[in-house]
Amino acid sequence: MIRLKGLTKLFGSFTAVDRIDLHVPRGELFGFLGPNGAGKTTTLRMIAGILRPSDGRVWIGGDDLIARPMAAKSRLGFIPDRPFIYDKLTGAEFLRFVAGLFGHDGEKVEYRINELLDLFELSVWKDELVESYSHGMRQKLIISSALIHRPECIVVDEPMVGLDPKGARLLKDIFRGFVDRNGTILMSTHTLEVAEVMCDRIGIIQEGKIVACGSMNELRRQTAAGDVSLEELFLKLTGGAAVRELTAVLED
Amino acid sequence: MIQPLILILTPKWRSALTRIRQEQSTSGTRALIIAGVGLVFWLGIFGVVYRLLRYFRGVEEIGPLLAGKLLGIVLLSFLSILLLSNVITSLSAFFLAKDLDLLVSSPVDWLYLYLSKLAETLLHSSWMVALMAVPIFSAYGIIYHGGLLFPLLTVVVFAPLVVIPAVIGSALTLILVNVFPARRTRDLLSVIAIGAAGVLVLLFRVIRPERLARPEGFANLLDFITLLRTPTSPYLPSEWATDALMGYLVGPFDIFTLIMLWSTAAAFVVLGSLLHRSLYPRGFTRAQEGSERFVRGWIWQAILGPVFRPVSVARREFIVKDLKLFFRDTTQWSQLILLAVLVVIYLFNIRALPLFSGEQVPFVMVTVISFLNLGLAGFVLASIAARFIFPSISLEGRQMWLLRSSPLDLGTLLWSKYWIGTIPLLVLALGITVFTNVLLKVTPFMMAVGITTIILLTLAISAMALGFGSLYPQFETENAAQIPTSYGGLVFMMSTIALLALVIVVEAVPVSAYLRGTFNGEPVRVDARMVGSFAAVVIICLSATIIPLKVGLRKMEQFEF
Repeated sequence: MIRLKGLTKLFGSFTAVDRIDLHVPRGELFGFLGPNGAGKTTTLRMIAGILRPSDGRVWIGGDDLIARPMAAKSRLGFIPDRPFIYDKLTGAEFLRFVAGLFGHDGEKVEYRINELLDLFELSVWKDELVESYSHGMRQKLIISSALIHRPECIVVDEPMVGLDPKGARLLKDIFRGFVDRNGTILMSTHTLEVAEVMCDRIGIIQEGKIVACGSMNELRRQTAAGDVSLEELFLKLTGGAAVRELTAVLED
Repeated sequence: MIQPLILILTPKWRSALTRIRQEQSTSGTRALIIAGVGLVFWLGIFGVVYRLLRYFRGVEEIGPLLAGKLLGIVLLSFLSILLLSNVITSLSAFFLAKDLDLLVSSPVDWLYLYLSKLAETLLHSSWMVALMAVPIFSAYGIIYHGGLLFPLLTVVVFAPLVVIPAVIGSALTLILVNVFPARRTRDLLSVIAIGAAGVLVLLFRVIRPERLARPEGFANLLDFITLLRTPTSPYLPSEWATDALMGYLVGPFDIFTLIMLWSTAAAFVVLGSLLHRSLYPRGFTRAQEGSERFVRGWIWQAILGPVFRPVSVARREFIVKDLKLFFRDTTQWSQLILLAVLVVIYLFNIRALPLFSGEQVPFVMVTVISFLNLGLAGFVLASIAARFIFPSISLEGRQMWLLRSSPLDLGTLLWSKYWIGTIPLLVLALGITVFTNVLLKVTPFMMAVGITTIILLTLAISAMALGFGSLYPQFETENAAQIPTSYGGLVFMMSTIALLALVIVVEAVPVSAYLRGTFNGEPVRVDARMVGSFAAVVIICLSATIIPLKVGLRKMEQFEF
């Protein structure tokens, strides 16, 4: 379970995230949508413990991130949007290192490493330095590292970027299976088709505030949009006029 | 011709200007400190060269010859440094820079690409040498009354002198990249360049140039003058530049030297651009190829696993990770070559002291040297800590998302970084202190003082390196070698020197009491003053260990990414 209460982040006088309240229960995949600069990544990085909130609280699986950071972080797997990892470690070494950060080692970890590398078809590259990995391979390695300690919750920022169609399909299956086994996922994405198909509920964030939240049907009801796609809903909520202007410019 | 070149270079100089403006607006003290240190450095160089030249001018006949020889050696050193630095810089500028994808995919003429990248290489690798040259040329101009035209002449002479190594350096890199993949070439070049620099410094010290300044070492004066008259390297541009400058200052001035310099530089640029046209497309493609690097990680695990078995899993994995990264990164471990050179020169200097001329070594002299040696050893340790420990927090920058989102306690991170840097430093510190004290044949008292002080100083220096590294992180820098030369590195070195001075001053009290007592044949009196001074040193060093670590930890907790 992931719970946010009054979560706020200020960068100087600019309010990036403005008093967000959210509850993602066990067994739910929650999609976080919003235009560029709306505050999605900032929110996810606060949940992951990378950015300190200016105000508000975060609970991960019942543990307060500020009061019990170690316990809260032990329950979490974080997948960032940019795959920065140690270039001079091999894939297997990187996973072993991450497992160590979570206090795991020994035979079980070695088994898990092989299992994840097989799953993401990285076994052939396991002893090669990460510096020679492609963007997609790095992304797969980071996803593996978020799963190495069998987390209860996953926070993931733009998971599909850089993945080939096979990798993207695999990730969808993994996420679905994870949620079916009572895990919690909070995922930000720009791929609206993915969000529409995969997410149980969707929250749309704009200028740091959640402007709409619910299942697809609930969102349609909230916006009185009728039987439209998520794309139409998204554009309606976040300023479709700008898109129409852009289309006009491109056509000119 | 000029217009497209300016356009290609615009993002570079605009970014540099913005960076300067940002730094000026954020901290006036920072600019003041850097300017102050720069000025002291300049005045130091100017002072040394000025005194030397004034001495040379007073020597009949051979004075101008000596001045010319000195200038020749200086310019030849500049030329070698520039060549090494251009080889390294051109690899980044021509093959690894982030703007290359844009430039190569745009309709930019190959000649403009070559010239703009050559200009970038030249500026990056030559600015420091050019700054160093200013006080040297100023001293020559003042001593030999060069007048107002002399600065202009130095610019005219120096410009081709920096262009030639830039062209040769980038051509060498171009050829190397066509043979090896770019990333391998970078590894290879950093080892070769640092190795070559180390050997140059070592050779320079081991041949003991101070002996050359003594004509009595030669069989007769004629031999000496003949040697001075012989050109050091008649086919090198540095010699033409020397002839041009000395010809102007002491006559006769030969315009041919200037023509040689400029025509050679121009010819090199033409040849360089032709080489670029034929080899660059292939080299650039090769530079895109990833280097396949399979490594045997299990060896590390097998060796380091049992050694670090007693520490917690997170600490063990962190230490193993840091060691692997260090030894797999050529830009990092290759600096060990310079470290070895530094230590050898240090020990050589101790060995070369005139104390060992066969006579009985005076006790007072040995004790004083052994004591002051602590300060020198501390300085060597600070330079090493600046190279290896100071950058360690900055190097985690891009991966901080992982460390902060995992349940790793930042104290554990700091603990691992501290000991992984301190233990090798401690071994080295004890090694050089004990070895020099054995060479100096000091008394057991001085040996004990030396060992205890250097242990305390090492613990403090290492903590300060880590603390200042956290206070002034350079998260965007990918090259570890650039981090110590940042503003934070400067502040760290200045603070360490202050600590060393303080410890030496406080400890001078008991050491001088011991010296006086022993010299007068009295037994050493352990009084309150002696105990108090040693206690003060312990308190100073422990404070300099604990406070920086605490401040560093607090700063790390505030890092946001």
